Amino acid sequence: MRKPVGMEVAVAAAEAVALCRPDVIAVYPITPNTHIAEHLSEIVANGHLDAEFITVESEHSAMSAVMGSSGAGARSFTATSSQGLMYMHEVLPIASSMRLPIVMAIGNRAISGPINIWNDHSDIMLQRDIGWISLFVENGQQAVDMYIQAFKIAEHHDVLLPINVNMDGFQLTHVVEPVIFPTQEEVDSFLPVYKPLAQVHPDKPLSMGTLGLPEIYTEACRARDYALINSKRVILEVWEEWEKMFGRKYEPVTSYRTEGAEILLMTMGSMTETAEMAIDELRDAGRKVGLISLKLWRPFPFAELREAIEGAKLLIVTDRALSYGGPGGPVCAEVRSALYHEAHRPEIVNYLIGLGGRDVKVEDFIKIIEAAPAADKRGDAYQIYGVRE
Amino acid sequence: MATLKTKRTMGKFENFEIFAPKLLNKEEFFSCGHRACQGCGEALAIRLMCKALGKDTVIVNATGCMEVISTLYPTTAWRLPWLHVAFPNAAAVASGVEAALKALRRKGRIADRDVKTTAIGGDGGTVDIGFQALSGAMERGHNILYICFDNEAYMNTGIQRSSATPFGASTTTAPSGKASIGNKTWKKNVPEIMVSHNVPYVATACHSYPLDFMNKVKKARGVQGPAYIHCLSVCPTGWRSKSEEIIKLGRLAVETGVFPLYEVENGKYRLTVELPERLRPVEDYLKLQGRFRHLKKEDVAFFQERVNLEFNKLMNKVEHSKTWQELAEQK
Repeated sequence: MRKPVGMEVAVAAAEAVALCRPDVIAVYPITPNTHIAEHLSEIVANGHLDAEFITVESEHSAMSAVMGSSGAGARSFTATSSQGLMYMHEVLPIASSMRLPIVMAIGNRAISGPINIWNDHSDIMLQRDIGWISLFVENGQQAVDMYIQAFKIAEHHDVLLPINVNMDGFQLTHVVEPVIFPTQEEVDSFLPVYKPLAQVHPDKPLSMGTLGLPEIYTEACRARDYALINSKRVILEVWEEWEKMFGRKYEPVTSYRTEGAEILLMTMGSMTETAEMAIDELRDAGRKVGLISLKLWRPFPFAELREAIEGAKLLIVTDRALSYGGPGGPVCAEVRSALYHEAHRPEIVNYLIGLGGRDVKVEDFIKIIEAAPAADKRGDAYQIYGVRE
Repeated sequence: MATLKTKRTMGKFENFEIFAPKLLNKEEFFSCGHRACQGCGEALAIRLMCKALGKDTVIVNATGCMEVISTLYPTTAWRLPWLHVAFPNAAAVASGVEAALKALRRKGRIADRDVKTTAIGGDGGTVDIGFQALSGAMERGHNILYICFDNEAYMNTGIQRSSATPFGASTTTAPSGKASIGNKTWKKNVPEIMVSHNVPYVATACHSYPLDFMNKVKKARGVQGPAYIHCLSVCPTGWRSKSEEIIKLGRLAVETGVFPLYEVENGKYRLTVELPERLRPVEDYLKLQGRFRHLKKEDVAFFQERVNLEFNKLMNKVEHSKTWQELAEQK
């Protein structure tokens, strides 16, 4: 068993990306993902990675450049956060429509305003409907693993979709954690050189990104939807292969101490490990509580979610973004929708936590679990935890 | 009258065939059957551009007329590899394509040949919404050619004013009226801004001078590094002019000094098309276009004065500019 090394998670993520031998990297600086770009540029500058490193003049151009490079058949990577992600927004759905297997790291950060550089999920939740595969990591090891898995999933010829891997800004990107790296040989055997299905090159001229009239637009949407839904099969296969090679298991929905649980807490991202400590404390005190965490956000894991909540009486969904004037958080809205027609479904209560970097501690999760049974369960009655009225 | 004019226009093409048959690539990379308007100067310019670029080219197209008229799925007019993403980012997408071709060639994953990445866009996609991406790509020194096909307004969306719209033109967002002359500003000089990026090759061109344009495209293609060509493209729909007069209008733009044809090679300015001793009055150019019909005598006089000034500014550079090498060696 290889020894883990202590490393800042953003730097570890960059190391993992470098192991994947990307051909083109285009990045624009924005806190808190910058360490990924900085470290990758260092790896390229030191001659350890043969890649074109483009320091573009905006995030819009970062995404545009990797769309160009991916379209030309190169393994392509970019990284961003918050405003940068929103600045890219215009072209993000085009990347999935053109079936370009780009991998993007997102160091999740709250969106302005007020301007705030700290962590929540408001950036990615605004990019929910762009047709990308979307993964969430919970710790440094998962970051290393998921970036390598991401290229393999995206480039699979049954998938060919862009993929974003979400890491909580600062709370994950800037902390030092123990991580185990696969060797270059292991990554090379897991992830062979990218073979594009189509690429813009004079040897076989083709037109990419053509105009879709009303006669074809609906069908194009359906095709992309099928592609995204069907990508789950490949995601599960890749995760199975990873487990066989490296012994670390990945699932769309992970259950933690859920045996016989009547109350389930649901999290995404780095708060999962804090929530696990809260569950441990309550379980040890004899309470029937458990935790489920979502690693796969798109395609949404309907079947796995339904299975994971079986037997629960109350489901507490935490959200780290607010749909203003709507049904609370986007995650909870989707969970409600996914479970609405289930014969036996738990009551659902939505808690908004950790907005703009507000710290959520073990005792906060305990307070939420204690308060949830009495809370209003209606869709418009979401709770914003800890708000100073 | 109309027949006569058509004959004259045809005559110019015949001359071109006589004097430069060997230079003309017979192969068509931008095929017929696309949906451009009758007399579209931009489509003609693109056809010429493709001939000059040849087969080993990747085209990156900004959203606009040319993308819309050429690629209605499942059809395409392009026999060159072609990529379109969005409106403001052709230069950025081209940066990525160029980087990919470079990396893949180095790694032996594509043929070891020189393939030129060429980005094209209209004036809106180049000098307005795509300006930042253009500046970035040129500043970074990518080996790409960017050609702006400037028809002086947002023609694809219905003739709205852009920063390349000439002074006094009536557009759908800068209409002439009792309280307005139409577009109140002078055309933004983007070739000059490209020169300021230390781009090794910058040129202006027009489809009415096909040989000049194609030579410039060939020259730009050979540059190792960024190159920029600004090609005036007559749009009969937006200019409210006759579709059979696009060649004539392009020539008048040059002969009046409104749009001089020049190139800037390593900092040195040079006129590429000889001009008459005395420039023709701008009125000759303006009066054939409905977009200028409302201009009063004093407006035309103002237009003329500004054209004189801009032309003199250019001639000053033509006469006094030196190449970077000359400047480096200057004591």
